[in-house]
Amino acid sequence: MRRNQVAVVGAAETTELGVIPNMSQIQLHADAALNAIADAGLKLSDIDGIATAVETPQQIAHYLGITPTWVDGTSVGGCSFMLHVRHAAAAIEAGLCKTVLITHAESGKSMIGKQPRSTPPDSLNGQFESPFGVYGPPSMFPIPVLRYMKTHGITHEQLAMVAVVQREWAAKNPRATMKAPITVDDVLNSRMIAYPFRILQCCLVTDGGGALILTSADRAKDFPNKPVYVLGTGESVETPMVSQMKSFDSSCAFKVAGPLAFKEAGIAHKDVDHLMIYDAFAHLPLYGLGDLGFMAHEEAGKFIAEGNTRPGGKLPLNTNGGGLSYMHSGMYGMYALQESVRQMRGIAPAQVPGAKISVCHGVGGMFAASGTIIFTNER
Amino acid sequence: MAEPARAKPKPTPETQHFWDGTRAGELRLQRCDACANVYFPPRPFCPACASREVSVLKASGKGKLYSYVINHRPAAPGFTPPYAIAVVELDEGPRMMSNIVDCPQTPEALELDMKLEIAFEKLDDAITLPLFRPSKG
Repeated sequence: MRRNQVAVVGAAETTELGVIPNMSQIQLHADAALNAIADAGLKLSDIDGIATAVETPQQIAHYLGITPTWVDGTSVGGCSFMLHVRHAAAAIEAGLCKTVLITHAESGKSMIGKQPRSTPPDSLNGQFESPFGVYGPPSMFPIPVLRYMKTHGITHEQLAMVAVVQREWAAKNPRATMKAPITVDDVLNSRMIAYPFRILQCCLVTDGGGALILTSADRAKDFPNKPVYVLGTGESVETPMVSQMKSFDSSCAFKVAGPLAFKEAGIAHKDVDHLMIYDAFAHLPLYGLGDLGFMAHEEAGKFIAEGNTRPGGKLPLNTNGGGLSYMHSGMYGMYALQESVRQMRGIAPAQVPGAKISVCHGVGGMFAASGTIIFTNER
Repeated sequence: MAEPARAKPKPTPETQHFWDGTRAGELRLQRCDACANVYFPPRPFCPACASREVSVLKASGKGKLYSYVINHRPAAPGFTPPYAIAVVELDEGPRMMSNIVDCPQTPEALELDMKLEIAFEKLDDAITLPLFRPSKG
């Protein structure tokens, strides 16, 4: 894809984040969508493309009263929205539609109008993982960690520092769920969930949603907000079974999606002012730093522990507080994208001064899928 | 009321040979006749070269501990926490999820790369699970 041909012109989260017991999941989609449409100064009838995950495009189109000419129901977990941005940019460039609405919402805490996730006993996961006691992401996503630590020489203290540093960012964010400062000792003494991870190294469980509106860069200058251009994109998938990853030392899907986006953007790692790496659990930023090529995996734990990603550090990472401290409704990728857009607009609560390039990297499932979007505010 | 039972696999035509194997006390993998790739989970073609000419082989049942978590909460039905969910690297190459029995479920006892051997656990007349225990040899 060509660089900077498509821009984000509308971006918003649900009016509330956290515990929202008065809205069903589809209404959370609508709340985010209406906020994004208002942010872009558009009418619902201006939308001719719809992308969403878990819910289907037809559910969202019907609920909002839109009859689109392009839809994308890619649903590969929490990074689905990165893939939607990539697909929408291609569709807009190809002339399949002009103005795309991407929505996410999840009643992850209140569980209103949300289908429970289930694993059929005759699926491969149901036959070869479920019988061994996996039960939700905390029991699955950390399975690679001990091997990763051994291979790369990562310590428990370094993995605790991921949570500590992100709490420092969250403290600057009025909408963050958890703001009180924490220490490495707090993390290492918090309740055990799935060794080696304790509760402060696991994502929050909240309600919320978000929506983005994309259009061609040529039209973007006529919108009320500063356009945020799509500079580079990448995507991939590996396996729905965490036990069947090619290696626990890195993620194949990360290693495809990240470099694709950097190549398309035509930038080097030193050009990156702001970075989001989907942190469902504390090891993910380390995998991301390594697999996206910022540094060797061996350096990633030390890099975070030494404060390079904290406020004022040389590589600001997960500046909204991340899934660990900001919010995590179940498919957090949309909130990472929202923070990248805020940083590129210059309106983030913990704004990185003068940031011009933001890399936003997502994961889906347990390393099952990946999507990377690189944004810029300069064309 | 009976205790909730652990999730039970339901074989498909492509995986039946595996579950017939565990019931007979064998860990069965597949090998590609064309490129010799040994692979898991079961499917009637080679995921490396796409050949449909594949054979079932009886694996040694030996392997080593590749990685694990010790799950505390929430516990799956039929499990008493804390319990380890492990990934075992078989001597033949493929890895599979399993549990480690006859071993304390602690970081001290569960050492990465420790040698393991198969320990079949019968759930019912149809399903026997492939679990592992620390190798005696």
